[in-house]
Amino acid sequence: MDLRLSEADEAFRAELHAWLRAELPRLPSPPTRDDWPARVRYDTDWQRRLFDAGYAGMSWPRAFGGRDASPTEQLIFLEETTRAQAPYVGVNFVGNLHAGPTLIAEGSETQKAEHLPRILRGDEVWCQCFSEPEAGSDLAGLRTRAVRDGDHYVVTGQKIWCSFGQVGEFGELLVRTDPDATKHRGISWLILPMDLPGIDVRPIETLLGSSEFCEVFLDEVRVPVANRVGVENDGWRVTNVTLSFERGTAFVSEMVDARRLADELRPIVVDPAERRELGHVLAALDALWALTQRNVTQAGHGTPGPGALMFKLAYSEARDRLGELTMRVLGRGAFDVHDYRVEERLRTLSIPIAAGTSQIQRNIIGERLLGLPKEKAWT
Amino acid sequence: MNFDLSDDQVALRDGVRRLCEGRFDLPRIRKGFDRSLFAELADAGLFSLRADGFGWPDVAIAFQELGRALVPGPLTWSHLAHGQVDGIVGGLERPAGDGPILVEHPDVIDHLAVLDDDGIIVVAREVLEPLTPLDWPLDPLTPVSRATVVPDGPRIGDADLAAAWRQSGALLTAAYQVGMAQACVDRAGAYALERHQFARPIGSFQAVKHLLADMAVRAEVARAAVDAAACTVEDPTVGDPARAVSSAKVMAGDAARLNAKGSLQVHGGMGFTWDVDVHLYLKRAWVLDTVFGTPDQHADAVVSA
Repeated sequence: MDLRLSEADEAFRAELHAWLRAELPRLPSPPTRDDWPARVRYDTDWQRRLFDAGYAGMSWPRAFGGRDASPTEQLIFLEETTRAQAPYVGVNFVGNLHAGPTLIAEGSETQKAEHLPRILRGDEVWCQCFSEPEAGSDLAGLRTRAVRDGDHYVVTGQKIWCSFGQVGEFGELLVRTDPDATKHRGISWLILPMDLPGIDVRPIETLLGSSEFCEVFLDEVRVPVANRVGVENDGWRVTNVTLSFERGTAFVSEMVDARRLADELRPIVVDPAERRELGHVLAALDALWALTQRNVTQAGHGTPGPGALMFKLAYSEARDRLGELTMRVLGRGAFDVHDYRVEERLRTLSIPIAAGTSQIQRNIIGERLLGLPKEKAWT
Repeated sequence: MNFDLSDDQVALRDGVRRLCEGRFDLPRIRKGFDRSLFAELADAGLFSLRADGFGWPDVAIAFQELGRALVPGPLTWSHLAHGQVDGIVGGLERPAGDGPILVEHPDVIDHLAVLDDDGIIVVAREVLEPLTPLDWPLDPLTPVSRATVVPDGPRIGDADLAAAWRQSGALLTAAYQVGMAQACVDRAGAYALERHQFARPIGSFQAVKHLLADMAVRAEVARAAVDAAACTVEDPTVGDPARAVSSAKVMAGDAARLNAKGSLQVHGGMGFTWDVDVHLYLKRAWVLDTVFGTPDQHADAVVSA
């Protein structure tokens, strides 16, 4: 057990560091928050730069143009890029980290050839159409129907919380293809071209006043059967395959940012009680960084440990504590949301909710790790 | 970077765990710390791990297991003093606030190591008199006596050694606390499966399940902090040992205390009884929070570093 980086890892860090120092000053100025066309240009331009330098698809296999980097290298990549305040993955998120890996694992040769190179080069933006108004935590209860009609599925329903829905060219779409099967068994995974007739995308204004998410209404949208990924009615498994690509690095950028915010509070917190609370928060962030290192190590060995299922819950709580402390320290100085620390407090309210609420996380930990029985279902 | 237990470390962990399960079960633990317990631990090499070539991560792994079994005694002090002071060594930190001078395990120790900002002195047990035993100590497995004065004794280390002992002491105490925190998860989890109400195991209720999930997360996060601190003390090129140890003591202290309380809650009325072992974990957690720096003191150190 040790925390030393190998010489190869140190060399990778140095090389990446040098590249970032040279490349970041060449970037155009960042777009404003609500200028979506400019955001797409900026984020995909960054993706193209990563691609040209050999840093695109860090976790992807070489056969699909990726770098096939070890989990430790992926950790270093995220740590260094975030520290250098390089652009975030932004609109490339769904394609690079979700749809792409799903296609690699389950897509047909045609689907892979058509999409993977374009995703890696920043030529194609994806969005996610999973959740529904009546299927949030109970995602498998989704109702959007897909009825076979020759070579097409005719899709009708409503999706919500579609990240980057207003700019995605393709959506990862979960539909119900067998209404009679048990809920996990009748789902299929489709590639949805977002320009098909019958699709209506409406942005949702979040409590930040911005629109990172959309509602997507589908009215008899004809999706080619050739766009199905995997076997019909096997979509739940296809969806979960993506999770096996996770290498314990999902929250590295978040962690680097959280530690930066906490360190920035240090010189301005004078009240002894608030200083002590900051000490507790810093200790929690130190511990979570150590847990990240453990999760990355175990993922690299192919034996994920309990920490993989625990990280999000623990991070949610530490980040909330940091956010609340920020508000206490800033006081009436927090009235102006242009202060990015305040904006971060607002943004991070989504962490205990998105991608499995803290309550769902606790159920998973209790049932999968502690072996406790499920609560009786309502029928 | 390989932040996981090596095969040797897994073997060490399992070996100490087997030793504890075989010889130091709770009926034995409840009899308290005595000379035979010390001798068995010493024979197993638990006080000489450093001298025998083990690294700090290994020692931390062993102490997690001792904490899991709630083995009583001045284990950390005896490990710190190994090779420098003979016999069973207890310890005292000075200044320790305005409170009374309390000597732990006064009837078993041979020497008392006294740590202050100038260094470490050693006082023989027999010159500690007069001692007044507390007849109702907070932790029944940590007997204490009140001393009126701490006599002088030979100096065995300077301020640097005292600082090193404080850091190692905090690390090993934190390791022990992580073991306690995990034991609380395991025991309360087992009880939640076994105890039925409303015709089903209480662990099936989300209200109970979520309490247990929080406990499991606390133990796992604190373990990562303790292991990272041990690796950093072992190899200071990977970080700041003082910061890492302070963070570990904060997280492990919270984990031991809050998990013991969580376990008490899961056990319901039984958790409030003397016969069920849960209270022993909570009382030890409170005791250990006061040694080698409280969580608040370490939090202050982290923010000021």
